[in-house]
Amino acid sequence: MQWGSATEFFAMGGYGLYVWTSFGATALCMVGEVLAVWRRHASARAGSRDLS
Amino acid sequence: MSFIGINWFKYSSPQAFHPLAGRMIPWFSAAALALIGIGLYIGFFVAPTDFQQGDAYRIIFVHVPAAWMSMFLYVIMAAWAGLGLGLNARPSFMMAQAIAPTGAMFTFLALFTGAMWGKPTWGAWWVWDARLTSELILLFQYIGIILLRASIDDLRRADRASAVFALVGVVNVPIIYFSVRWWNTLHQGASVSMTASPKMAATMVTAMLIMMLGFWMYSFAVTLARVRCVIAERERHPSWGKNASIQEVAEAR
Repeated sequence: MQWGSATEFFAMGGYGLYVWTSFGATALCMVGEVLAVWRRHASARAGSRDLS
Repeated sequence: MSFIGINWFKYSSPQAFHPLAGRMIPWFSAAALALIGIGLYIGFFVAPTDFQQGDAYRIIFVHVPAAWMSMFLYVIMAAWAGLGLGLNARPSFMMAQAIAPTGAMFTFLALFTGAMWGKPTWGAWWVWDARLTSELILLFQYIGIILLRASIDDLRRADRASAVFALVGVVNVPIIYFSVRWWNTLHQGASVSMTASPKMAATMVTAMLIMMLGFWMYSFAVTLARVRCVIAERERHPSWGKNASIQEVAEAR
């Protein structure tokens, strides 16, 4: 491991803004998609109760 | 067709596929979480700092898997669309429909994380380079396929039209892949290939490949979940579960 402290880790050698924006956007999109599918599933199920 | 004692054709009907997909989702989700967790750990705590790009290179752990998924998912979507056109099979069209939004999301992420990587390394968020431009066109293709489907009320026509669009557009995938070889691009060439040894440290490659596997598992889980929604939405007619008159079924269609 090359990180001396948490501050150093979050700074990412000066590229923190770019690195964390990338990972943050990816996490946001993936979690958002899961939630969207979840909600769609709930409304689809409400529409057809015959499906398990 | 019986293979390992299972009648696979049984699952070609949406009614049988719906519960099967439901049983597979938790496994793919768990695998995705585990793989992405391990990939992030190796990517941030084991892989060393790059001597040229510093820590900005760590964007590779989401950028490359997202870019690869955008192309893989397009090819898979086009394959389902082609199968649907050839066999006139509704479940194939449903799979194609379920894959498109996830593919579009990964294409957007590839472009977005690419911009985040381009700024510190090239000094520009965006350049009209062959790789970037062809990937942007892929995003427009995904959006076009989704909008084309949404704009046609007749489901069977919507299926066919978006399938033809998807099949024609598949030509862009090799263009994206080979763009860094065919043209002089600012975008770097392939870091990992089947024929040559990787141009990165082994731990970097490991983290990237594990992240890629994690994204694959995520894509399986989320598209299966979405295909279940599609099945439930499309099969919302009274012939399921209870006895219905032909009149009722025809109206629901």
